[in-house]
Amino acid sequence: MEPRLSSNSLKETFDRRSFVLGAVQGGVGLLLAARMGYIAVAENEKYKMEAESNRVNLSLIPPRRGWILDRNGSPLASNRSDFRVDIIPERLHDRDATVDLLAKVLAFDDLERKDLIERIENASSFQVVPVASGLDFEKYAALTVRLPELPGVLPQQSYARYYPTGTSVGHLIGYVGAPSREEYVLEPKPLLLTPGFKMGKNGIEKQFEQELRGVPGARRVEVTATGRRVRDLETREDVPGNPIRLTIDGPLQDYAARRIGLESGSVVVIDCLTGDLLCMASMPSFDPNSFSDGIGRVEYSMLSENDRVPLRNKVLQGLYPPGSTVKPMVAMAFLEAGLSPDASVSCNGGLRVGNRVFHCWNRRGHGRVDMAKGIYQSCDVYFYHFAQQLGMNVISDMARRCGLGQEFPLPVASQFYGTVPDPAWKLKKYGREWQAFDTVNATIGQGYMLFNPLQLAVYSARIATGRTVMPRLILDGKTPKFSSMNFHGDHVQVIQNAMSDVINGPGTAGRARLPIDDVLMAGKTGTAQVVSLAISNGKSGPWKYRDHGLFISFAPFNNPRYACAVVIEHGGGSGSAYPIARDVMTFLFDPAKALDALHGFEKQWGGTAQQRLAQSYAAYAAAAGVDLPPAPPPFKLAEKVDAEARAATAEPDTPVTDALVPREDPVASANGNLT
Amino acid sequence: MKRAVTLPAPLAQIPWQVILPIALLVAFGGAVLYSAAGGSMSPYATSHLLRFVVTLSMAIVMSFFPMNLAKLAALPIYAAVVLLLMLVETLGAIGGGSQRWLNLGFMVLQPSEFMKPAIVLVLAWFYHGLPVGMIGTWRAIVPAAGLIGLPMLLVLLQPDLGTALAIAFGGAVVMFLAGLPGKWFAGGAAAALVAIPLAYFFGLQDYQRRRVTTFLDPESDPLGAGYHITQSKIAIGSGGLFGKGFGHGSQSSLDYLPEPHTDFVFATMAEEWGLVGGLFVLLIFGLVLRWGLTVARDADDRFSRLLAGGMVATIFFYAAVNLMMVMGMAPVVGIPLPFMSHGGSSMLTNMICVGTLMMVDRWNKQPGGKN
Repeated sequence: MEPRLSSNSLKETFDRRSFVLGAVQGGVGLLLAARMGYIAVAENEKYKMEAESNRVNLSLIPPRRGWILDRNGSPLASNRSDFRVDIIPERLHDRDATVDLLAKVLAFDDLERKDLIERIENASSFQVVPVASGLDFEKYAALTVRLPELPGVLPQQSYARYYPTGTSVGHLIGYVGAPSREEYVLEPKPLLLTPGFKMGKNGIEKQFEQELRGVPGARRVEVTATGRRVRDLETREDVPGNPIRLTIDGPLQDYAARRIGLESGSVVVIDCLTGDLLCMASMPSFDPNSFSDGIGRVEYSMLSENDRVPLRNKVLQGLYPPGSTVKPMVAMAFLEAGLSPDASVSCNGGLRVGNRVFHCWNRRGHGRVDMAKGIYQSCDVYFYHFAQQLGMNVISDMARRCGLGQEFPLPVASQFYGTVPDPAWKLKKYGREWQAFDTVNATIGQGYMLFNPLQLAVYSARIATGRTVMPRLILDGKTPKFSSMNFHGDHVQVIQNAMSDVINGPGTAGRARLPIDDVLMAGKTGTAQVVSLAISNGKSGPWKYRDHGLFISFAPFNNPRYACAVVIEHGGGSGSAYPIARDVMTFLFDPAKALDALHGFEKQWGGTAQQRLAQSYAAYAAAAGVDLPPAPPPFKLAEKVDAEARAATAEPDTPVTDALVPREDPVASANGNLT
Repeated sequence: MKRAVTLPAPLAQIPWQVILPIALLVAFGGAVLYSAAGGSMSPYATSHLLRFVVTLSMAIVMSFFPMNLAKLAALPIYAAVVLLLMLVETLGAIGGGSQRWLNLGFMVLQPSEFMKPAIVLVLAWFYHGLPVGMIGTWRAIVPAAGLIGLPMLLVLLQPDLGTALAIAFGGAVVMFLAGLPGKWFAGGAAAALVAIPLAYFFGLQDYQRRRVTTFLDPESDPLGAGYHITQSKIAIGSGGLFGKGFGHGSQSSLDYLPEPHTDFVFATMAEEWGLVGGLFVLLIFGLVLRWGLTVARDADDRFSRLLAGGMVATIFFYAAVNLMMVMGMAPVVGIPLPFMSHGGSSMLTNMICVGTLMMVDRWNKQPGGKN
């Protein structure tokens, strides 16, 4: 084909090439037909399945959480029906517009809006972010109507955790919240991504997460690509979680928490026969009900700025010098070391050791003091004297036997165990020899000694019964048997009688007598000085410098059933603690009488703890600007609270260099009502 | 002459052998759109059918234009469309951001669509005017390259890769049919092989690049850009041999299929009608294109041949690229399926192509048609 170009040759070229074009078109047509045949016939099964998995959405129904019951079966944590709204960040189209519209419909203020944005930003895209719960039906309905404008927003009817006694159980029960990214990494289950699912973040809720959780139900729903539900196909019911039954006595817990009143402190009540912890109240506290949708920044700021540390569980994370509450234990150490209860010493306001004088809190002296008087008059010189004779080790051994400095096998996240000092400990810790003044400090529960209120309660129960009472928190139907402490002879009765005399005899806490005719309470007061005499008188002035008030007790004194420890931080002395112990103990025997007393106090204080928290929240929110820092996520918050508690209760960096000079109180000396 | 059915002359001249298959396809498209709208004639099916009636009338009117007029109008039409493209570009620059449409108030005009038939028309005119002996020289290619390059550039600026490629394809096919030396095409293909990676890395917008990578591996991004391809394949694949039944396509009715009424209308159809429906669509395209090529071959003069051949290529490009896209054989480029997709511009362009073919067909049948 010589390329001699002409119209005809071009026509030939056109015919040839148009044939090529036709062939190409036919080829492409065949290719398409083959491809379609392959997809639609050969791979039909695969794509059918994929279409089905598109169409049908298996959504989990969060299981109803198991209830947390008190010893009598009434709920400390239950569930109630709830209208709630969540966001799935991944499905949001325009975050800001959605948040704006949500804030409008739900009537959010600026801070709540900010918190919501914060939560969305901190969540990974597939995670569920709670927006609000406990909505009234009007708002819920208004939101449902606007749903087409709100992709990624998920209103639903579900169950919300409900704590009937709110603040009273905050530290003990903990609270729930939506799973965090970290929790999902630890436990990558689809349930954790299910809207409305909450898991325990603290306290019992966290410790018993697996038991309480239950098995999620499932719903097969036909959904559109944007997640809109078209119709339900089938539903499997959820299996509610198992209830957890605590040894706690709900009404007592609530009573004790409320009775602490405006003070910052804790009350522990333990059953001497079974070790059941009937009450572990720590106040001030937070409302776990309001934490379950994430902790708002107003609430967090208010709680974290409070110097009464409402976020700290003082029963377990508070460590305090026990003050004179250790004296029954020290006396028991003397008895077991062979000292006769009748051995006496003459107190004239101080004890001379070498060329030093160690003062008694009563500068005028107690006169002749035997063991019983040493306890009920809390004479320091008696204990200085015999401790110098018998040595520190008998005291520290007894302290440990009584459960002081011990960590108990309880289902709690954080439990501080404090310090039982002895010469070996001091040498290891500070590289210094034990000194006479160290023993002096230890006999009056100062110096290095630090215990938590739970230990004080256990100690009280052990000393009262002479049995190795172990605390427990879960009621499992078994009745524990405790072995004897192997105290010799009538030593237990000696201590019981002396402690009864503290209240019912010529002791330091006559006003702690129970207003019940046939029940006598025995106890021991304690005042723990936090700063030296030079800085503060311990009773007035800056709150931080006031003395801690402590009181351990048990009742009935001759056949102990309940042991109780009360610690009031900076209460200004034991006078702040034993009235609380008296009323709490009264509640166990005559609730009506105790409640009458409480209602009188609450009128003065401005309402129950729950009401006062709500008032201070409102006041704080009104005063606060919009520049509050956001609340840390719950797991970080727990770490932070723990670290702060540790720092607050840390042993001193440098050794104590001298004996503490007990504060003289002329009023107390006059009527014999102190220390 | 023996005729089974006697039609009046003007009606008999109308090429029913192409109008009937197209009408069938449009009606089928209407049915699919009815289903895509959730079992409703509005908003898609009614306007689809209405547009077909209007554009078909227009095409029939067009088919009566004489060849002289077509030749005369070739360059002015081309120039006018280029001007419109520039206007769109300017307005877009002023308005800030890419723009493809001119809003005339009563209708929205997409000038790049008109360029597809216009480029074929102007090149047919150019090669018709080119002296036969020059077909192997630079005079044959440089002006043509300019004619193709200018609108391509303007369309790429919009940026609209799919339409630019359609223009290039239409132009290249006319050049091919015009008899330009074969080695030039071989050279062009080689150059393209070199240029494609360069264009990929330097010429494409991010979103276009993503479309290419996800086309190569749609599962790499199942919820992002690969979503379209994956969902479309699921729709076609789950349809099987006979489909899920009219109105029972879950992929389209539950919104999993993106654009179930425009670019992915074939997937919507295939889900409900299955392979059988797909083969029917392919068959109709085959009939239309075969008829178009026959018209081109039967043409007596160079202008008509090239014009008809180019129009066939344009329709083919539309259909082939769209079908390859929905079956996961080409990247998502946003080209609708002729006669089935809902959309005025696409219907208009394709009916202009059909109208042009009918016009050439009429010229062929007139004994003195070369006036």
